[in-house]
Amino acid sequence: MFAYIGRRLLATIPVMAVVAVFVFMMLRLTSGDPAAIIAGNAATAQDILDIRQKLGLDQPIVTQFFIWLGHVLTGDFGESFFYKKQVADIIADRAGPTLALAACTLGISVLVAVPLGVIAAYRRGTWLDRLVMGFSVLGFSVPVFVIGYALIYVFAIKLNWLPVQGYQPLADGIGGFFARLILPSVTLSVIYIALIARITRTSVIEVLGEDYIRTARAKGLSSRVVLMRHALRNAAVPIVTVIGIGVALLIGGVVVTESVFSIPGLGRLTVDAVLARDYPTVQAVILLFSLAYVLINLLVDVTYTLLDPRIRY
Amino acid sequence: MSTSRWLKTAALGAVAGFAALSGTPNAAAQVTVRAVMHSDLKILDPIWTTAYIQRNYGYMVYDTLFATDADGQVKPQMIEHYEVSPDQLSYTMTLRDGLLWHDGKPVTAEDCVASIKRWGAKDTMGQKLLTFVKDMPVVNARTFRIVLSSPTGLVLAGLGKPSSNTPFMMPKRVAETSPSEQISDTTGSGPFVFKRDEWKPGDKAVFVKFDKYKPRAEPPSGLAGGKVVKVDRVEWKVVADQQTAMNALFAGEVDYIEQPQHDLLPLMKADKNVKLVDVNPLGNQYALRFNTTAKPFDNPKIRQAVLYALNQEDFLKATIGDPQYYKVCKAMFVCGAPLASTKGMDGLLESNFAKSKALLKEAGYDDTPIVLLHSTDLQVLTNLAPVAKSLLEKGGFKVDMQSMDWQSVVARRAKKDPPSQGGWNAMITSWVSADILNPVSTAFLNASCDKAPFGWPCDAELERLRDQFARETDPAKQKAIAEAVQLRWTQYPTHVFLGQWYQPSAVRKNINGIIVAPVPVFWNMTKSGA
Repeated sequence: MFAYIGRRLLATIPVMAVVAVFVFMMLRLTSGDPAAIIAGNAATAQDILDIRQKLGLDQPIVTQFFIWLGHVLTGDFGESFFYKKQVADIIADRAGPTLALAACTLGISVLVAVPLGVIAAYRRGTWLDRLVMGFSVLGFSVPVFVIGYALIYVFAIKLNWLPVQGYQPLADGIGGFFARLILPSVTLSVIYIALIARITRTSVIEVLGEDYIRTARAKGLSSRVVLMRHALRNAAVPIVTVIGIGVALLIGGVVVTESVFSIPGLGRLTVDAVLARDYPTVQAVILLFSLAYVLINLLVDVTYTLLDPRIRY
Repeated sequence: MSTSRWLKTAALGAVAGFAALSGTPNAAAQVTVRAVMHSDLKILDPIWTTAYIQRNYGYMVYDTLFATDADGQVKPQMIEHYEVSPDQLSYTMTLRDGLLWHDGKPVTAEDCVASIKRWGAKDTMGQKLLTFVKDMPVVNARTFRIVLSSPTGLVLAGLGKPSSNTPFMMPKRVAETSPSEQISDTTGSGPFVFKRDEWKPGDKAVFVKFDKYKPRAEPPSGLAGGKVVKVDRVEWKVVADQQTAMNALFAGEVDYIEQPQHDLLPLMKADKNVKLVDVNPLGNQYALRFNTTAKPFDNPKIRQAVLYALNQEDFLKATIGDPQYYKVCKAMFVCGAPLASTKGMDGLLESNFAKSKALLKEAGYDDTPIVLLHSTDLQVLTNLAPVAKSLLEKGGFKVDMQSMDWQSVVARRAKKDPPSQGGWNAMITSWVSADILNPVSTAFLNASCDKAPFGWPCDAELERLRDQFARETDPAKQKAIAEAVQLRWTQYPTHVFLGQWYQPSAVRKNINGIIVAPVPVFWNMTKSGA
C-alpha cells in the first residue's frame, strides 16, 4: 500500500509539470496585457512599456517561464502584479473561506443525500422514491444563483434570520461563522445532494439484488441491519467516488456561490486574477487546484481499500 | 423527556448558544460606514495608475496642496497662503501649521516638492506644468517656491486638479520612489489612515479616522474646505455582484453603494430605508476613440464623417435608459462646466447619414472595415459598441465589431498593429467629467503623436493651442482658446464625445452629510442610529 501511495505521489510530478507548462503558455497566448490594464486610460506607450519592464513581461516567454519555474521549485510563487503581496499569502487568506464553504457543503450534502438515496432505493417505485428523484432532477436543473437569490430573499431580506453576504472567520466568533455559511452552503449543496442521492440510490438498488442480501434476509436480519450493514457498505465505492469528485469540484468550482454571497474565496480570486491578467496569481491557483485534484483522487483510491477489502493495489 | 420536549429544548439551546457566540462586535461603540465601491482596491499608489479606485483611495489617505470647490474654483487646502510675483514667474507657498503625517512627523516643504515632481512625471497636466517649472527651491520647513520659465495658468489648476492623477502629497522618502515603480508605504497626511493590516484584497479595505488631522476652518465645499471626519471607521467592502450589494443595502449590512447599476435604481428608490444621492453633478462623458495611425481613420475627413453619422441620444438611451440620468451635450468640455461651449458643433452628432456618406465619398473611403472593439463585461459600456456599429453602417461605413472582455480591450487598444492583424480602429470608453474640463487635462486631446495616449493623434495645431491654453492665466482668454481647440477638433477629430451620464450613489437613509464632488469622499459623513 505504502509503495503504491509513494508511486502515485511520484506520478504527480510529471502531471504538475504538464499543468505548469500548460497554464503558463495559455495565459501568455490569451489576449490581454497586465501592463496596459495597470497603466489606465491616459497612459502613453512609454508608460505601458515601463510597467512591462518592471513586471518582467518584456523578457522572452521562455525566459519568463524558467524564471518562474525556478522560483516555484523553491516554493516562491512570486508577487501579485496588482496587490504587491506574495501570491502564497493571498492564497492563504482566500483558502479559509473556500475550505469552510466546501466542508460545510460537503457535510450537508452527505448527511442529506445518502439517507435520501438509501430510502429511495429501499422504497423503489413508491411516491417517496419519485419525490427524491424529482428533487434530484430539480437540483440539477435550477442554476445555483437562482437558488442563492431565492434563499437570500426569503431568509435574509424577508425573515431577516441570516446575513445576506460576507464571511466571518471562525476566530471572530463561531455564531457569525456559521450564520454566514448556512445560506451559501445550502445553496451549493442542492446540486451535490441531487448528484449523491441519485448515485446512492442506483448503487444501493444494484446491491439489494445481490445474493448475499437475500442470504442476510433469509438469516432473519432486520431490514435496517441489512440495509445499513450489508447493502450500504457494499454500495459505498461509487458513492465515495462521487463524493471525492464533489470535493475536488467544490474547491475550484464555487465561484458563482462565492459571488452571490460575496465570500472572498479562491473561486473569486481566480476569476478576478484571470480578468486582471494577474499571471502569478492565476498560475499559482491553477497549480494548487491541480494538486488538490490529484491528492483527492489518491485519497479516494485509498479509501476504496478500507471499504472493500477485495481491492488491493 | 419526550421527543418533542427534547427537540424544543435543543432548539432553544441552539438559538441561545448561537446568539451568545455570534461574535459580539467590539466595534459597537464605533461608528463604521460600510461602502461598496465600484472596484476592488488592488494597488496602493494613486500616482502610479490613473484608475479611479486608486484616486478615491488617495483622497482618503492623502491631502492636496489645493483643491477644487463645489463651484469649480481652486482653493488652498494644505496651503495656508501663497503669493504670486508681479511677473507671475514665482509662486511662494506656505503650508498650514501643524500638518502631520500619519506616523506623527511634520509635513515639510521638502515632502511637497518631491511629491509634485513624482506627480508631474506621470500626469498629463503635471507633465505640461513641469515644462514651465525652472526650479522648486525650499525656503524653509513650511515654505517652498515654484519658479517658472514663463507664466502659466497651470500652477493652481494643476495642483488643485480634482481627478486622476491627483497631486497627492506624500512623505519625501515615499515620493522619491521612481514614478514607474509602485510605492508600498501608505503613510499620508489625509483625514483617514489606511489599515494595511486589515486590508484583504478581494474582501475589504479599512480606513480609520486620523485623530491628529487638522481640518481647515472653512465648511466643506466640493473637495475643498474642512475635511472633518465624523465617523470612526470606513470599510470598503468588495461585493462583486450588484444584486447582492443591493440586498446587503436593503438588509443594512452595507450603508453605501458608490455606483449601483442603473437598472437596479428603481428598486432602490422604492425601498423605504434607501435614498439615491447624486454626488457628482457634472457626471461622466462617453467617448469613442479613433486610432489615427491606422487606415481608414488616419484620414481626418473619414473621422469627420463619423461626427456626422453618430448621435448621442441613441447611445445614452441604450446604456443608461432613464433620461433623468443622462444629458445630450455637445460641449466637449462638459455641459455645466466653465469652459462649456457648443461652438463649431452645428450639424454634428445628429446622425446625418447623407452627409456622412458624402464625406466618405469625398475622402475616397474604400470600404475598409472598421475594427470596433466591443467590451462585453462592463454594464456601463456593453451596449455602446452595437449602437456605434449600427449608426456607422447607416452612415456608409463597414464595421467589424469584435467582442471581448474589457481587459482585452485595454490590452488591444495599446497595440499599433494593423487592425486586420490584432490592432484596432475604434473603441469606446467613459471619462469622469472632472478629468476633461479643459484642453490640457483632456487626455484624448493630447495630439503629440507617439507621446499621446492610445490612438496616437498627431496634430501640431492642436498641440499649439493646448500649449497656448497652458500659458494663459486669464480665464476669459482661456475660454476663447478652449473654443478654438473645439473648432480645431471638428477638423481633426481625436475622439467623439457621446453624451453625459450621471451615476447616483445609493445610501441608507441614516447616512447624511455626503459631500457633492466628482470623487466619493467620506469626510463630513454622519451615520445616525449607529
